[in-house]
Formats: sequence, structure tokens, C-alpha cells
Amino acid sequence: MENENKKVLEVEDLRISFDTYAGEVQAIRGISFDVKEGEVVAIVGESGSGKSVTSQGIMKLLPTPPARYKSGAIRLEGKDITGYNRKQMEKLKGSKMAMIFQDPMTSLNPTMKVGRQIAEGLKKHTNLSKDKIHSRVIELLTMVGIPDPDDRANRYPHEFSGGMRQRVMIAIALACEPKLLIADEPTTALDVTIQAQILKLMDKLNEETGTSIILITHDLGVVAKMADRIIVMYAGKPVETGNKHDIFYNPKHPYTWGLLGALPRVDTDKKEPLKSISGTPPDLISPPKGCAFANRCEHAMEVCLEHDPAMQEYGEGHTAACWLHHPNAKEYLDQIMEKHSFGVGGEKYANQNAGG
Amino acid sequence: MRTKMLEVEGLKKHFHLSGGGVLKAVDDVSFYVYEGETLGIVGESGCGKSTTGRAVKGIYGITEGKVTFNGKNITSMNKRERKQFARDAQMIFQDPYSSLNPRMTVGELIGEGIDIHGLMRGKKKVKRIYELLDLVGLNKEHINRFPHEFSGGQRQRIGIARALAVDPKFIVCDEPISALDVSIQAQVINLLEDLQREFQLTYLFIAHDLSMVRHISDRVGVMYLGKLIEMASTEELFTNPMHPYTKALISAIPVPDPIQEEKRETIYLKGDLPSPMNVPSGCPFRNRCPIATKECAEEVPAFEEKTDGHRVACIHV
Amino acid sequence: MDIAKEKFRHVGKDNEKGELITRKSDSFWKDVWRRLSGNKAAMFSLVFLVLLLIMAIVGPMMTPQSYNVNDLMNTNQSPGKEHWFGTDSLGRELWDRVWIGARVSIAIGFMAAIFQTIIGLIIGGIAGFYGGRLDMFIMRFIDVMISIPYLIFVILIMVIMGSGIVPIVIAIALTGWLEMARLVRGQIMQLKNEEFIISAVSLGAGSLRLIFKHLIPNTLGVVIVSLTVAIPNAIFAEAFLSFIGIGIKPPMTSWGQLADIGMQVMQVYPYQLLIPAVFISLTMLALQLFGDGLRDALDPKLRK
Repeated sequence: MENENKKVLEVEDLRISFDTYAGEVQAIRGISFDVKEGEVVAIVGESGSGKSVTSQGIMKLLPTPPARYKSGAIRLEGKDITGYNRKQMEKLKGSKMAMIFQDPMTSLNPTMKVGRQIAEGLKKHTNLSKDKIHSRVIELLTMVGIPDPDDRANRYPHEFSGGMRQRVMIAIALACEPKLLIADEPTTALDVTIQAQILKLMDKLNEETGTSIILITHDLGVVAKMADRIIVMYAGKPVETGNKHDIFYNPKHPYTWGLLGALPRVDTDKKEPLKSISGTPPDLISPPKGCAFANRCEHAMEVCLEHDPAMQEYGEGHTAACWLHHPNAKEYLDQIMEKHSFGVGGEKYANQNAGG
Repeated sequence: MRTKMLEVEGLKKHFHLSGGGVLKAVDDVSFYVYEGETLGIVGESGCGKSTTGRAVKGIYGITEGKVTFNGKNITSMNKRERKQFARDAQMIFQDPYSSLNPRMTVGELIGEGIDIHGLMRGKKKVKRIYELLDLVGLNKEHINRFPHEFSGGQRQRIGIARALAVDPKFIVCDEPISALDVSIQAQVINLLEDLQREFQLTYLFIAHDLSMVRHISDRVGVMYLGKLIEMASTEELFTNPMHPYTKALISAIPVPDPIQEEKRETIYLKGDLPSPMNVPSGCPFRNRCPIATKECAEEVPAFEEKTDGHRVACIHV
Repeated sequence: MDIAKEKFRHVGKDNEKGELITRKSDSFWKDVWRRLSGNKAAMFSLVFLVLLLIMAIVGPMMTPQSYNVNDLMNTNQSPGKEHWFGTDSLGRELWDRVWIGARVSIAIGFMAAIFQTIIGLIIGGIAGFYGGRLDMFIMRFIDVMISIPYLIFVILIMVIMGSGIVPIVIAIALTGWLEMARLVRGQIMQLKNEEFIISAVSLGAGSLRLIFKHLIPNTLGVVIVSLTVAIPNAIFAEAFLSFIGIGIKPPMTSWGQLADIGMQVMQVYPYQLLIPAVFISLTMLALQLFGDGLRDALDPKLRK
């Protein structure tokens, strides 16, 4: 976090709805965040939480209709791109921001050689000569760890394995050195040993090229490994944001508590039952009046059912939206904090702080 | 001594492809499942874990080998025994979206097994369906709804109720949680654990998520390209993995704990999984293995007991 | 915000509400209807087809004349107040003949389509469900049948059985089921690998249950769509056969035969060709549009 103040992307109160036969699905009900230069911001949430819609909304990939931008502003390097039309976005995509998806096969053209697909963006956004483009393609393939790049550039996507395709996608995305890379579940379709390779690659690229990354994922393990800052989303809204330590060791929102408690660990042997979150996320056609999580929340209070809590700050960059931290609820909060420890390995964190 | 409910010996399942090739999905796998325990089978895509589950349940014919359930060979059962086996052994599927017939209501889906095995009818059946809905945490009024109206976790619970309706003894759980959200995974896992305690069920739990397998299983087997390469009690396997593949697999999983994650060392494997159509000679893992030697190409390593109850297929262990 | 302290009373989670489904329940067919009724072209077509059906029933009763009584005093009268659609060269009321023709054409269309669907469903279903050698045998047979020009086949049947409604229906159905069988077989083969079928097998379901509870209900959508396509095809086939003179024989009539007669006097009395031709075209168009609408409505990919 060297360039602390330079914001690559700012999103302000973005709201997106989908008009369906059954009514308006409020997929995103207001999200604000920014991404600083070189930073990895993870958006975590379950399906339907709006994390993918957020990223597609920023990239203007949602078909309108049924999608509808209700409010909000999106700024890329300070420039408002909210009202950009398709042509203007086309120019930005690839050059300033790029996206990779869960399934690389659907975003690669099956009838075009991989090398040409990487070159396409370069042709569009730069005026490099043919030779220069070719050498850049080889350089990119080498950078993403594809062996024998000269030969591989002349092959078709179906000749690549899943992990290799994702590497190709990353090469395409990074061809024009974008400021921002949005990675939507980039490793979800891959096996763990391949996931490890791709994560390592993304980490390396982030460090070497300084590209900021928005990492959309449901896997908190991946988040713990990769993210600088984390946004936890639920039912179309962020419920908690903070850095790794805030979210994993000092979470404030019961949904974050629930998520962390629901995870088994591969590195420890805890045989106690998982703390599951009962129920199902609300249908965003008729979002609840109060807190969207209240119906599934063990600690719900009357107020939660009636008023939607606002985001409160608990430390630098650490915010959460929950009534439990309201002064009027202090008694109850103290009670439960005494009984439980939320977050993972709370004691380890304490040691670390004391030691460091 | 504990009774072995399921015994699998030298199981092979080969598919003859239309192009003329042979896909050795499962190639000489032997294991057993004790009554009342959960045996986890893990591995990456294409390792044959799901095929093993289906072959054991008798959904496919077996190419070679023997599967014995409660002392009876499942391929030589008579009609009555087959029906009983279809009742005693159930299956829970990976994709809650495609494993429920979209044209049937929840009531019909859960009641199907009851009808097939002629267990009860009329009001009694409806009462039983209500009981099952309640058991898996769904509401009574869900009985007349169709699968597409439910979320993934709810559908998976419908699938569980469907399997439970016939009072099974053994359930093959074929990646039951991999299509679900984190918070929902825990619900389903807790439900499976509760049901196991309540009805003394035996599980064959197939998954690629090692952390969940560690949580739920008593013993774990690791598969790679159609072969079992390591098997031990859960505790032993995770604290003392012997096979280089198991070691890499465990290390590759990011832990949801940033400080621990930073301390852990990830073993990065070379290259990609070979296609199951084209398995390397000798040890199937040798071309990605960090400790492979010339000898590994020569013969398929035997799946031997190295320490008490810990079997490994590697010549360097 | 200022909120009273008692509002902060702990109430805990609400299990009932946590599992609540707020959207109202729709069965598959209700859902299909909702989407179909949103399709304007399909709905217009449906209205047209219903009107056509009603007119085919009541149309001939609306005039005092009859479709098969010659009136040599009033031959080749132009459409007007006296004769709504005019009269033909034998003075028969064209209005009556068009609706009688509609009865014949629609009846043949429906019957032939239903017959070929039933045959195709059974044979394709058997091939897909049992697979293996039986499947190979059936499919090769179908391949051979399809390679025989369909007209030769139809003419052969008509020669053996003579002309009339029944032979036409048989001739059309016997050639039309081939495509249907292929389609059904493909569907069944695909469904057989679906997890819900494996799930039923694993529960111990027998063949009958698999076929009637699982496979057929899930192929029905596709079958209905191809049925709606088969109807206009059959109507057109009948029109064509009658037009070339081997279909319906006078004084019975059909649209194709009307068009055939109209052709002969086309240069002098164009309306005699135009009227049946317009009916044939509009009906074909309506059935096609309705079929398309139905296919879109049934497409599971659009389902949400």
C-alpha cells in the first residue's frame, strides 16, 4: 500500500435492479467503496449477495433491460464513467480495466488462436507494430507461466486445460497493462492444486505490475491469502468492510461471525459442530424492512426487524452495519462477547499483537 | 470387532468411448466401510471418486472386481435382495438443481421412495412426508411447491429427505455440498451429522473439499486418476500425510486465517492433471511429483499398509 | 438515530421466516402460460386459430346455400353482398366450401400430427430408453426410411388405399413420425444421464415409473412444440396432394383442392385462387408463430 491516496476506482451508492415478471429484484441496494493503487480488494458473499452484479455493473456488462441502474456513481481514476455508453466502455475495457471470469472457456473464442486473442486488445488499444505485438504476446504468455509460448500462441483454446485457459485469460486481461483487474471467482472452477498456481500468479502480477485487483469470491481461504481489504456483502449490500485482521480476528457483524464459524479448517482438528447459519437469504424482490439478515440472526433485536442499520466506523477503514453496537444494545453485546469469541483464532491475534 | 458394511475389492470401471478409447475412470480400487462410520473419498476432478460412488451404489455395471454390501455381492443379488439394497443404500447428489425432477412437487419427490417400496399410503404417507420435511428443517407448506422455487440449500435438504424416506442404512453422499454457499454447506453438514447420530447411518462421503472431509469423516481415502493413493484415519492422514500428492493437496488449500495462511507453506505442483484417458505409466502421479525418480515409471506402486491402518501407494515412502 | 431502548430487546432468529418463500407458487404449466401470454404474435395466432375453428363449425350454417349443391344460374359470381366469397364454376357457394375445406384441412392436420407424434413417441422412446442394439436397429431403419423421397411413399399409399381423408392421414403420419422418433430418442438419451433419473434409479424405480413419471413429463414440452409444427406441415402436405390431384376428391373439398380448382380459372376469376391461398398461408403462419411462441415459453433456459 505504497501509494496510499491514489484511488483507482471509486464506487458511490451504486444501486442496480432487475425488472422481472415477478417484480423488481433489487440486486444491489447501495454499495460504496474504493480501490487504491496496487490494492487487492476482495468482495465476499454468497450467491445472490450481489457481488457478481457489482463487478458486472462496474464493467457495464449487464444487459439493460432487465438490469437498471437506479443510482450511484462510478469513477475510474477520478473520471466519472457512470454514464458511459457501450463504445466508450469498449475503449476502457482492456486498456484501463479488464475482467476475468469463473469459466474461461465461455469467454475465449473457440475458433481463434490464443495468440491472436491476446493480440486483439493490443491492436485495438495501442499502435504497436506487428512484430512488437507478437513479441508482447510471447512476453505475456511467459509472464503467466505458459510453457513453450511460441508454440502455444498458435493453438486453440480447446487444446488448453482449465488452469491454462485461466492463465490465457489473465494474459488477455493484462495485455494493455490495465489499472484495474476484476477477477470474478477466478479459481472456483479449478482444482485446488491448480487454484494454488493461479493465486500465486495473480499475487505475483499484482506485486510486479501494480495492477489493482477486485477479487470476487465466496472462498474465505482465498480471501485470507490474497486480500488487502475485504467487503462482506449480504443481500445486495455490504454488511462489513475492513482489512484482513479486522474481518478475520475482530469481526463486528453477526453475518461475518456466522461465515467464519461455518468454515471447517484443513489445518486444525476441531471436531465440534460447525456453527451454521440457518435459513436462506431473503428474496430481493421484497427485501425486508429492517436488517436483511435479521431473520437468520441469532442476536436479532426488535429494532433489527424495523430499521435497517447504517454503516458505522469501528476503526480505520473498518465499518459494519449492525444494531448490536448501538449504545442501547451494549448490555446484550457485552453478554454475548463474554460467552463467545467470534472470528478465527482470536487468541493468536492477541499474541501477535502483544508480540509485535 | 467392527462389522464392515461395504467391502470393495479390486473395483474397476472402464468406459469405452465412441472414439475407440478406453477411459479407466476407476482402476483397481479396494476399500471397506465400517458400519456407522463416515468414509471420506477426496480427489480432484477426473480422479474417479464419483464413479466409485455410483458403481458402489450399483448404478453402473462394474467392469471388474467385487462390491459386497452386508455380506452380499451386489452384482449377484436376486430380485428381492436387489430391491432391499435399493432401499438400504441411498444416494445424495451433487447438483441440487438437476437431481430433482422439475415436474414433481416436493411431496411427490419425497414420497417417491415410499411409493416404490410400498411402505405406506394415504394419510400416513402425508404425515411421514411432513415429518421428513420437519427433520430437514423445511416448512409444511413447502409440500406442494416445485423444486425451482427453492434455493440450493433447501433443494439439497429435499434430496436428503427423499433419501431418508425409505429408512436407509447407508448413504453415498456424492459431493453433496460443493454446489452450495458456505453458510449453507455448514447447515447441510450439520444435518448429515445429526441424522447419522439419530439413525445410525453409514456414509461414503465423496468431496473435493478437504476441510469439509476432515470435519465429517472418520477415515479418508485420497484418489488420483482412478486409483486410491492413500488412506488412513482422518487424524492420521491430515497430521501425517505420506504420499507427496496428499501433502500437496493439503498444503494447497488456503486457510481462512490470514496469519496462519502466511505461515503455511504451499507445495506447488508442476503442470496440470493429465487426462484420465492418458494416464502415465507406473505411478500415475509421477509427472507432477516433486520426488519422482526413474523407478516410478516402471511399475504401479502397490497400495500397502505402511503403519497401522495407514495405506499408501508410493515407492518412496 | 433516536430509537427507544426497549426496541433493543433480544428476539433471536426466526426459523419460520428464514425458510420462507415469498414468491407465489407456480406450476410449470402456469409458468409456461404466463410467458406464452406475454408473446403478442403467439397470442394473435391463437386468437386467429380459435376463430378459424369456430368458423369452420358455424360458417357453413350462416348461408342458406350448401357447399355441394350446384347452382348453374349463379356460376363464377364475384364476392359481394349476395355471395360473400363468390361462387365457383358450378355455382357452389365459395364461403361454404372454404369452411368445409377448413374442417377437412384442420382435421387432417390434427389427426396426422397426433398419429405421427404417438408413433414417434413410442418408437423413439423405446430406442432411447433401451439403447444398445435395438436402438441401432431402429435408427438405421429410420435413416433408410428418411432417405426414400416422401412423395413416392405417399403416392404409393394413396394408390393402394385410394383417395380420401383416412388414406391421406395415414400417408402423412407414416412419413412424419420419423423425425419425431429421432427427436424423442435424442431427448430420452439426454434425460437418461440427468441426475434426477439416476436418483430415481437409485431409489429402485422400475421402468414403468421411469418412463411415465420421469421421462415423458420431461419430454412433453419438446413434443408439444414439434406437434404444433407438425400440424401446419400436415395441412400443407394435404393441400399439396389435393393440389396435384391425388388428395380429396370432389364434391368433398379441402383448401388444397379449392386452390387447385381456382388455379384453373386464375386469369379470369383470381379470387377463386386467392381466397383459399390466403387461408392456407394465414393458417400456416399462425400455427408456426404459435409453435415458436410455445417453444420460447417452454425453453428452460429462460426460466427463472
